[in-house]
Amino acid sequence: MNSVNTPSSIRVLDERSDQVWTKGSGKEFVCDKKSAAGSVTQRACAFCGSRVVLYPIADALHIVHGPIGCAVYNWDIRGSLSSGSQLNRNSFSTDLAEKEVIFGGEKKLKASLLELINFYQPKAAFVYSTCIVGLIGDDVGAVCKQVTKETGIDCIPVDSPGFKGTKKSGYQAACEAAYKLVGTGDTNGISKYSINLLGEFNIAGEAWMIRKYYEKIGIQVVSTITGDGRVDDLRRCHGAKLNLVQCSGSMTHLSKLLKDDYGIPMERVSFFGFEDTARAIYAAAEHFGDPELMRRAEELVRDEISKYAPKLKEYKKRLKGKKAALYVGGAFKAFSLVLALRSLGMQTVLAGTQTGSAEDYEQLKEICDPGTVIVDDSNPLELAKFVLEKDVDLFIGGVKERPIAFKLGVAFCDHNHERKIPLAGFEGMVHFAEEVANSACSPIWKYAPRRQAKALRLPEPEPTAPLACEGGAA
Amino acid sequence: MLEGTTAEIRERKALRINPAKTCQPIGAMYAALGINKCMPHSHGSQGCCAYHRSQLTRHHKDPVVATTSSFTEGASVFGGMANLKTALSNIFNIYEPDIVAVHTTCLSEVIGDDIPMIIKKSAEDGIIPEGKVVIHTNTPSFAGSHVTGFSNQCAAFVKYLAESSGETKNVLNIFPGWVEPADMREMKRLAEMVGVEYIMAPDTSDVLDSPHDGKYHMYPDGGTTVAQLKAMGDSFLTLALGPLASTAAATELEKKCKVPNKVLELPIGVKATDEFVNALRLAGDTAVPADLEKERGRLVDMISDMSQYLHNLKIAIFGDPDHLTSMVSFLVEMGAKPMIVITGTPGKKWEAKMKEICSETNPEAEILAFSDIHYMHQWIKNNPVDLIMGNTYGKYVARTEKLPYVRFGFPILDRVGHRAFPSVGYTGGMRILEKITDALFDQRDREDPDHEVELVL
Ligand code: SF4
Ligand code: SF4
Repeated sequence: MNSVNTPSSIRVLDERSDQVWTKGSGKEFVCDKKSAAGSVTQRACAFCGSRVVLYPIADALHIVHGPIGCAVYNWDIRGSLSSGSQLNRNSFSTDLAEKEVIFGGEKKLKASLLELINFYQPKAAFVYSTCIVGLIGDDVGAVCKQVTKETGIDCIPVDSPGFKGTKKSGYQAACEAAYKLVGTGDTNGISKYSINLLGEFNIAGEAWMIRKYYEKIGIQVVSTITGDGRVDDLRRCHGAKLNLVQCSGSMTHLSKLLKDDYGIPMERVSFFGFEDTARAIYAAAEHFGDPELMRRAEELVRDEISKYAPKLKEYKKRLKGKKAALYVGGAFKAFSLVLALRSLGMQTVLAGTQTGSAEDYEQLKEICDPGTVIVDDSNPLELAKFVLEKDVDLFIGGVKERPIAFKLGVAFCDHNHERKIPLAGFEGMVHFAEEVANSACSPIWKYAPRRQAKALRLPEPEPTAPLACEGGAA
Repeated sequence: MLEGTTAEIRERKALRINPAKTCQPIGAMYAALGINKCMPHSHGSQGCCAYHRSQLTRHHKDPVVATTSSFTEGASVFGGMANLKTALSNIFNIYEPDIVAVHTTCLSEVIGDDIPMIIKKSAEDGIIPEGKVVIHTNTPSFAGSHVTGFSNQCAAFVKYLAESSGETKNVLNIFPGWVEPADMREMKRLAEMVGVEYIMAPDTSDVLDSPHDGKYHMYPDGGTTVAQLKAMGDSFLTLALGPLASTAAATELEKKCKVPNKVLELPIGVKATDEFVNALRLAGDTAVPADLEKERGRLVDMISDMSQYLHNLKIAIFGDPDHLTSMVSFLVEMGAKPMIVITGTPGKKWEAKMKEICSETNPEAEILAFSDIHYMHQWIKNNPVDLIMGNTYGKYVARTEKLPYVRFGFPILDRVGHRAFPSVGYTGGMRILEKITDALFDQRDREDPDHEVELVL
């Protein structure tokens, strides 16, 4: 039964049945549960979450205190680009050995930190503790304090042992750690029209694109947190007048701290798709209430859309009516994707996230079409089941989902940290459409059994879709 | 990107910079995936399992399944017994494997969970269905490396499953060592050519290089079956390929079922493949078929054709001990000059063996176990080389030093060839030779000044 041949042959893990929900079913939906022991969860750990968030701070030293593996698996796998320092792309680990597990690793950590700081002269150091560090009783905080005192370089402990929970709890720890730097820098020269971009990680250079929009209309970007991040930017980010928070999951906590302590208001935004991008630009302009800003914002949006909309139209013709499944890290990304896909004429039939909260899923339910399956913390069997049941054409997910989609003969688009092309902003939307169309209409699907069968069942009536791809009959 | 790396080699007592190894469980997971209808189970927090799956997926570009005990703070205080029992019950109920291979993580090791006891309890409580098996291995990452984990998992197959019926069969056991699915396929082809009946364990071919058939198979067709693992106890001989990866399992089998064994290096290069083929021939009491002789001849011919470019070629290489032993021997066979050989896995004996191998061409070679890529990089800055070889993580060194780079070993996250083409056997040797010369010539064709570019090489 373990080959997914007929969709009905797969059951949902009993303990998980309330984490799967179909719009229109009226059933209660539960999320934010710990993964059931024994499930093939697609989720990662708290430590992973904190690494994701802090890793792009390029001129900081990131050292993983723990056994070697934890450090290796997140070594340079994120596409967060830096325009300067590449220090963060090295992998530093205390490589804990049996001896330290028994007698403690504080000495080794201290020696490592001193050596590295002495050699690389970083702007700050983040020290991540993994699961076993807490257990062996190392006082990472105390070591950090000592080294800070001895070297004058801020050493900041990141308290995110994996067992604390999913990536989400790691985000929180990362925010706490980053916040230690906030408020320590000079805010002179920061404009009254200034923002921080929170939760923008500069994957494939996206932050650079977004930054330009604001700079063009006359709004200063004090810091992008943490894409192309710099320690000094973080130190002075409390001087900004507004926080735009993307990817709500990872940065809500930091924006809350900045609001509570510095009174900086925050707005949730997304830069995915024309609509969301425009809305994000307007939101800042509106916030500052200067009509000139608004005029420039409108002009920018108009220019950009007139530049890219025609290109998008071409892709729309090819993609119209295709069905998409998405399984992504955070819920906010899922919202944006549903809307963006809709704008391409595509329908989302399966939407899931690793770490959405109750509130997130409420909103997701709202915006999805009836019949859409919504899942929390899914696994390959379930995902494969729904992909076949719903006859999906495109899957959007991360590294673990990619080969599954391809095996099923379904197109794939990476909308995770391993994506290679910028998908944000107006231009990014065109890239997105292009990638989706290329994958959905790849000539290879001509040879894929599922598509072949589908093509036989449903011959594509000409000429409804002039640019429709062969093989990918839908 | 590694501009910060300097030639001045500082003494480092404490830390690892750009490691040349990873942790044990990923090796155990890889080995377990080579068993038919087996669910690898990671007893620890869910992050480790997710990381191992992702990394194996990036390397093989195929779906990788494994389950986790999903430790929470509670489990890390009170032990993971409840988690493992729930996990086993869920796994058998929903994913229906024939066998679950439990490995530990650092966390469950430090907590000190007694896995055999938990398995026993689970069996008593009826959690393990009739006819299904649960096995375990300890894989603490603060000792050894990913190769140790692989080795431990292989030994566990034997410990739990091999049986001797008292009647020896005319079957040969092959422990292939940590090689690619394509390599295992090639080893099987060689055994079949020579005409030996064999059981190979583990066997990840047709598991992690499964074809596109429009379906998702949680358990693809490939892999050694539990029945085969049991039958290994009746074989007349075991070939253990790759001492670090396979000796433990072979020794265990000798102890448990009195199956004698022969430990060989991985069959990479002429001599090591000769030894493997010869061992197959002796085991099968047959002759080496003419076609295989020809394959060998083609490899030797290719090396001699290219020898002018290979002589004294200075090479820096890093990877896993078993891979390195054979690869470095092969390089020496070609007339190349391994200058520095690095592994992250600890091993004094291995160092001595490597010194011996290199002594022919370069007695001065720098050989280091328990080292890292950063050190190799610094060393190269002081002792220039012509070519670097290693896994994907070495590409930044090659880029910084503007040197040709040949990928081999684990993991390879940025190329596809390793998934399809073997490195073992005579054909594998030809592929390695092709890769080395391609890398050298591509660089020359691109960067040599006009008047030096040659059409014919
Ligand atoms: S905790 Fe141990 S097993 Fe888990 S990833 Fe880290 S090194 Fe590997
Ligand atoms: S040991 Fe903990 S921190 Fe490290 S990968 Fe595993 S779950 Fe994450």
